[in-house]
Amino acid sequence: MTALLEIEEYRLAFDSFDGSAAVLDGIDLTIEAGSTLGIVGESGCGKSVLARSLLGLNPSPPARVASGQIRFEGRDLLTLRPAAMRALRGRRIAMIFQDPASYLNPVLSIATQMEDAIRGQDAAAGGAVRARRAARAHAHSLLGSVGLPDPARLLASYPHQLSGGMRQRVLIAMALAGDPTLLVADEPTTALDVTVQAQVLALIAELVRDRGLTLMLISHDLGVIAAACARIVVMYAGTVVEDAPTRALLEHPLHPYAQGLIAAVPDLDRPEITPRGIPGSIPSLLSPPSGCRFHPRCDRATARCAAEKPLLRELLPGRRVACHHATP
Amino acid sequence: MDRGLTLYLARRIGLAGLMLFGLICLTFVISNVAPSDPAALAAGPDAGRSQIEQARREYGLDKPLPEQFLRYVGDLAQGEFGRSIATGRSVGTDLLRYLPATLELCILAMLIGVLVGVPLGVLSAVLKDGPIDHVTRIFAVSGIAMPPFWFGLLLQLAFATGLGWLPTSGRLSVMTLPPDPITGLMLVDAVLRGQWDVFREGLSYIILPAIVLSFPCLASILRVNRGEMVETLRADYITAARAHGVTPWRMICVHALRNAMLPTLAIIGLRWGWMMSSTVLVETVFDWPGIGLYAVSSAIAGDFKPVMGVTLIVGLNFMIASLIVDLLYGVLDPRLREG
Amino acid sequence: MILPRRLRLAIFLLTRSFASMLGIVLVTVILGLALLGPVIVPYPDHVAGGIDLANKLQSPSAAHWFGTDEVGHDILTRVIIGARLSLLVGIGITLAAAAIGVPLGILAGLVGGPVREAIMRLTDLFLSVPGLVLAIALVAALGPGIVNAMIALILVWWPGYVRLADSKALSIRAEPYIEAARVAGAPTFRILWRHVLPNSLSPLIVKMSMDVGQAILAVASLGFLGLGAKPPTPEWGAMISIARGYLPEWWWYAVYPGAFIYAAVLGFNLLGDGLRDILDPRSHRG
Repeated sequence: MTALLEIEEYRLAFDSFDGSAAVLDGIDLTIEAGSTLGIVGESGCGKSVLARSLLGLNPSPPARVASGQIRFEGRDLLTLRPAAMRALRGRRIAMIFQDPASYLNPVLSIATQMEDAIRGQDAAAGGAVRARRAARAHAHSLLGSVGLPDPARLLASYPHQLSGGMRQRVLIAMALAGDPTLLVADEPTTALDVTVQAQVLALIAELVRDRGLTLMLISHDLGVIAAACARIVVMYAGTVVEDAPTRALLEHPLHPYAQGLIAAVPDLDRPEITPRGIPGSIPSLLSPPSGCRFHPRCDRATARCAAEKPLLRELLPGRRVACHHATP
Repeated sequence: MDRGLTLYLARRIGLAGLMLFGLICLTFVISNVAPSDPAALAAGPDAGRSQIEQARREYGLDKPLPEQFLRYVGDLAQGEFGRSIATGRSVGTDLLRYLPATLELCILAMLIGVLVGVPLGVLSAVLKDGPIDHVTRIFAVSGIAMPPFWFGLLLQLAFATGLGWLPTSGRLSVMTLPPDPITGLMLVDAVLRGQWDVFREGLSYIILPAIVLSFPCLASILRVNRGEMVETLRADYITAARAHGVTPWRMICVHALRNAMLPTLAIIGLRWGWMMSSTVLVETVFDWPGIGLYAVSSAIAGDFKPVMGVTLIVGLNFMIASLIVDLLYGVLDPRLREG
Repeated sequence: MILPRRLRLAIFLLTRSFASMLGIVLVTVILGLALLGPVIVPYPDHVAGGIDLANKLQSPSAAHWFGTDEVGHDILTRVIIGARLSLLVGIGITLAAAAIGVPLGILAGLVGGPVREAIMRLTDLFLSVPGLVLAIALVAALGPGIVNAMIALILVWWPGYVRLADSKALSIRAEPYIEAARVAGAPTFRILWRHVLPNSLSPLIVKMSMDVGQAILAVASLGFLGLGAKPPTPEWGAMISIARGYLPEWWWYAVYPGAFIYAAVLGFNLLGDGLRDILDPRSHRG
């Protein structure tokens, strides 16, 4: 397998009146073509910001790239010109979002929004722009392919007339419009009812399989990630702390934070075990802890943890961890 | 779903009716709290005691206030606003005669305000915190801060007496015969009658007052539109539209602007109402023969039936404008369409 | 010395914005002129009347920076004295309107029910006619003059404060901590004093700053129309009203008083804008 996306030493800061917050502090990760990668972490750990970086969606200012590279199909996305970035959006990299209610335009019909996306992608690619009617026909077939009944009626409706699950399917259909290679899903099920969550997750898995998509799924919910991804990256306060195959991570987490995350998940089969929380709260990124950013909350922390930042190292084949004390 | 809209409509129109009644009460109260004796005013400055008493009986001013009020409402219902002392004509006739000139001025000023204000608002929102944004901010506050009468005088000094490009004041040269009225709006009539030279001349007279009248309105539209655009451009659905590859042009002009236009529309309606009130200043500076000039010259003469007439018209116009805005909101926002 | 973060943020936001700084400078200059006016004017006798026909309608020069008017008065002197009048009138109208409107609005919002209904309908009524025309109607009834102009403008201005205070009181009344205070039996006036007033203060200050500017403009407008201050009162609008007869040859007569109206109103509006940036949490984003 070849690497589709390689992120190296990526640092992103948000500048504000109170100073500069190191939101992403040296991210290193790789996604193989055709693989599924999940990114898990508490809210505020920078996973959504990372996802948006792939499409150049972080508003700047306040966002400022401090260093690093994001290579997609060999090209560095961070140095891409705006026009080149637009040519990627939708056609190579597509994105689905957290709350479908707020990510669809309330005053435009579904047809208009889908046609504009399709025609915009045509224009960015520099080829002929499809006529509205052709774009609508494409939109019609896309809605059908995500399992939505009566696409014609759907196209004429407005977002507020649809249920949450339908809206998310519409957004997924829009993401598929340009036949992308990489699908970035940012908390795609968080705002949905539990029963709908499962349907949407199954739909994403099906699309990934049928279309040979590469998936980057972001969630704070380890269960969601484990269900859809072969590999998991655990993020904490803007850093990658562990990177492992799903099964290996769930059975034998190496980083204390990953261990804490897994212990915090309630187990339906064994309700007598009370899930354990991780003491403390996520640190301020304006003045992050020295050394390992997790050390103030870690029960294994030593003087070294406060002084020296642990590097992400390959501890076992295919497993990387950033902890001074991790042992195989 | 239609029932919801009908109910909303009925409620809104009912409210407007109530406001109209209130407005009539207000003008009646103002007329009656005046320390000056309306009978003395009606009888004229040289009238003796007996003539004043006669006028009092003639106008029903000796009757108790509730009866006077009923009579006032009844007169208004028949389009009878009373008689102007200065012109000697019925105020209703005068208003009909002066209103088209004011409307024409307001329509042109509103066109300028919208056509310049909305694009500038969009531009400064897109280029937020850039040099253009800073310049338009000062420009916008200037529109609200600059005294219209002074701005008018400056423009007259520059373009009329200074450069000699445009006439100083009036609606048309005394030498030119205005077109036979069809709509009462002279520029429109000139076009309809094919009198292009009259149209050009009319345009040269109206352009300065229209610019002055449009400035505060333009400034408000610009500010509101910019603010709304800044908010909208931060919205999640705009991020999504970018991610999906919608072209920047279409994203700004349709996806964002359509959302920002709703509050902008509200300010346009409000400003249309206020504009007719600002005409008192602009028409005075440019000797524009509209209801504003009519109100001011009557007020100075202490002739307040015309002033009340203009107040009623301006208030009525204001109410209709806000009514139309509310109804348009229902049409433009699909979420409201279903009540 | 370390200032609290809030204050540092306020100073940062103000100084970052050219518009806000311009507002502060303009308001400071106008306030300075109003306070020091009688001391610094070059021709103090021209304030009260000393006619000097030999020097009438002089163009701007070293002796008369802004030229002289039709009776030989130094225009600079009269414009500076006019600052004092305009500012007093503008602040007076705003304070009086707020003094009427704010208590009514808080009452409406806190008590609710038929009391609120009555107050709000009366407010709507006054807001149903654009201010300037309503003021002209009132002046037409009361008779022209600066005092009547002020009364008319106060009558036009108070409803805006009712709306503001009412909406603030309503939203604060719905806050859980007020519910809690009510349940705990705190008397209404105490709730008002401790919670509603402090929370309404920011938008109130912003509105008042802008309204001082707008009131100055309104008074000048009435003066210009001949319905406000009467000449020879050194009121900016009234001065322009006379000066209009001397255009275009004696342009400075109309231009300088107008420039001062513009500067004063611009200053208060920019200041209000800048204050809103600091005080309104909504504008903190971005």
